[in-house]
Amino acid sequence: MTDEQLDLIFKALSDSTRRRIIDRLSQQPAQSLFEVCAASVAEDGVALSRQTVSQHLAVLEKAGLIETTWKGRTKAHSLSISEDHIAAASWLMNYKQDGEKS
Amino acid sequence: MKIYVTNVFVDNQDKAEKFYTEVLGFDVKNNIPMGEHRWLTVVSGEDPDGTELLLEPSEHPAVKPYKDALVSDGIPAHSFQVENLDAERKRLGEHGVTFVQEPMNAGPVRMAVFDDTCGNLIQLIEMVDTSPA
Repeated sequence: MTDEQLDLIFKALSDSTRRRIIDRLSQQPAQSLFEVCAASVAEDGVALSRQTVSQHLAVLEKAGLIETTWKGRTKAHSLSISEDHIAAASWLMNYKQDGEKS
Repeated sequence: MKIYVTNVFVDNQDKAEKFYTEVLGFDVKNNIPMGEHRWLTVVSGEDPDGTELLLEPSEHPAVKPYKDALVSDGIPAHSFQVENLDAERKRLGEHGVTFVQEPMNAGPVRMAVFDDTCGNLIQLIEMVDTSPA
């Protein structure tokens, strides 16, 4: 994984709203933009604008953490977390001090 | 002042008439020839004197990009209320209706979104909790 890809992943994960979107997509995949917004209001009481959510989804997609498919003519967002992402998120493990229990 | 009619832009009036009456179960209220199209409205049998829904042709060039953009983001063009959302979702599913969003709880309502086959998404809601928060 290149530094550039790592930057994109850590940037994507550096926002609590985006992490919450990942939580929700893990529970219910293939959500439309409308559904992501509705779930945010319903479950967290946070009314995010569609434009804001759209931008968050774009950041997650750019990092490769989500992928889009089509349900008919409606764009659906699902998680697409790979081994590479897990490895990236475990990057600090490379520097674990000797003698510490993992 | 009151709202007596509201519209939904449909790709084809004949197809829309069938879907909105035979599948959804509304009744035709007005059906007036107007050139190549019709002033075609439907009402709910539960409220025959209530607000009419105009099935308006998607003729204006601005309509298609507008509808396509809404559908792409999963945004409904209209919202109808039902007594029992899960029963209605099952019934419409048996008619071959495609749901892009399965029933979900959203605060005081339960809601789902389906494709009306005429270029729109339609939201169904069931009022779950009508008591003030």
